[in-house]
Amino acid sequence: MSNYGFRKFLNRLFFVLCAACIVIAVIPLLSIIWEVIVRGAPQLSLNFLAATNSGGGIGPAIQGTLILIGLTSLIGVPVGILSGVYLSEFGNNQYAQTMRSINDILTEFPSIVVGITAYGVIVIAIIGSYSAVAGAIALSFILIPIVARTTEESLKLVPNSVREASLALGAHKWRTTLSVVLPSAKSGLVTGTLLAVARIAGETAPLIMTILGNRYFFQGLNQPMAALPLEIWRDSLQPQASLQAQGWGAALILILIVLSLNILVRLASKGRMRK
Amino acid sequence: MQSHRWKTLNHPTSSKFFGTKIKVTGDFLFKNLVAIVAASALVILFITAYVLSTGSAPVVERFGSGFFFGTAWNPVEGREIFGAFPYVLGTLVTSGIALFIGVPLSLGIAIFLVEMAPKALRVPVGYLVELLAAVPSVIYGLWGLFVFRFWLLNYVEIPISTYFGWIPIFSGTPFGLDLFTAGCILAIMIIPTVASISKEVISAVPNSIREGAYSIGATKWEVIRHWVLSYGRSGIFGAVILGLGRAVGETMAVAMLIGNATGPAAMPTSLFKPGQTMASLIANGFLEATSKLEVSAYVGVGLILLLLSLMINVGAHFLVTRIFKVKGGIVE
Repeated sequence: MSNYGFRKFLNRLFFVLCAACIVIAVIPLLSIIWEVIVRGAPQLSLNFLAATNSGGGIGPAIQGTLILIGLTSLIGVPVGILSGVYLSEFGNNQYAQTMRSINDILTEFPSIVVGITAYGVIVIAIIGSYSAVAGAIALSFILIPIVARTTEESLKLVPNSVREASLALGAHKWRTTLSVVLPSAKSGLVTGTLLAVARIAGETAPLIMTILGNRYFFQGLNQPMAALPLEIWRDSLQPQASLQAQGWGAALILILIVLSLNILVRLASKGRMRK
Repeated sequence: MQSHRWKTLNHPTSSKFFGTKIKVTGDFLFKNLVAIVAASALVILFITAYVLSTGSAPVVERFGSGFFFGTAWNPVEGREIFGAFPYVLGTLVTSGIALFIGVPLSLGIAIFLVEMAPKALRVPVGYLVELLAAVPSVIYGLWGLFVFRFWLLNYVEIPISTYFGWIPIFSGTPFGLDLFTAGCILAIMIIPTVASISKEVISAVPNSIREGAYSIGATKWEVIRHWVLSYGRSGIFGAVILGLGRAVGETMAVAMLIGNATGPAAMPTSLFKPGQTMASLIANGFLEATSKLEVSAYVGVGLILLLLSLMINVGAHFLVTRIFKVKGGIVE
């Protein structure tokens, strides 16, 4: 074949091009981590972590994000896991199939739309003001479908023989599910839940019209609250260099929370989960 | 005896329930409890639909189809007019740029990781690409605002605008906060979605296909190009649509980089001009809304955004599940 050399050249060329794609995709990741560390690390001090904004710190934002994560998990994780239990253990019917499809659709909802929903229900109708609890509910609307899905997937990995063994010993189905199936799927459940929590920890859009942001420490569940993502957003749009630097410091804390959760989970689960 | 703790639950007790006799057992209670909890998905969907439709009713009633096809946006009392058209176009244009740049990159990554990379590299590099999905959107925005925008401005926008500025879509003086920058940051953000699904599609292509192709003398690239990619093309198409769904709904990074134009100025006539997407309009403007009608306009934009994203995602799910059925599980 006269063009064999050309075909070999094409082969090499596309090897290089595909490798270049990897490099192009990894550059932003490394650049983000590098810039956040280089610009954020000089900000770190005890005062920065603990003081209020007027004292040159982001204490309220850190506290707010931790409260949000806690509240959202408190609402979202039990609901998500129980939904997943239903879908996996009793899910062989039309009703479950419908709920499964709705969950799939909910995981793809634009997060800003979820924010509007929580605004309409909690901020306008129920509480009547921007509030911490509205933010937590918005975030749990995002968390529930993800947790339900990962729960279903990890429960399905439990072999049926385990369920049958428990039933054969005389345990009822509810007892089997709670004491045998859930514990066997424990590591998958923990992995999925932590990844979902890591995802909602960085969500910003639904917080804008729910918790609003605040310059003070926590003032009650029905009051506006600060949060790291909002702090980063507002600081980055300020003209003063000192406030922008504060935004980078906040970004360092947020990325530490999110990426360390992700990396830890991935190292611990060693490829057990596909996603 | 450990068993007496739940003995009461296990003992069937008869009771009347809407006239039919049923046995209330632990299993009955448990099954119905989790079934009710599973309805949370339906509740969330219903609440969202209710809030968005009632919330947007005032603006749709007042302006009718003008809300969907109008370009003006004026919240001043007495002269209010709201049209969502520029933001729908802005969303489509930025998502288009994201697909145009992001899909080839993602395919390259997927091909490299499945077909070409040395075994030792596959897992760690795959993790790195997936970590891109873990970075919060607002941090992409921050990085875009202070770092990425100047890369694009100095090495892409200024050269293109100098030499090709006479082409309408490249007209204007580039500033770095425009549709092009927003599209590029979206391209980076959809890479993990598209790449990971394409990776699964490509690794699900049976080896016999590859072996058959090699046996008639194809080079590695020809095997990938003519056999692997064409065998998996429908799955890859599904991956692209899901990437589009992600790009359409993405808010914060876009809101920080797109330049925040409103009204007729937001019509995407040039890539190097500030624009606005539906999501970024809501994020940038919602809190500044002063009248009920203006809030309603933002909710209406949210409704259009939701419908667009629903259409894309339901389409993708329909497509992907149909492919699974036809081809017998090419992805899963």
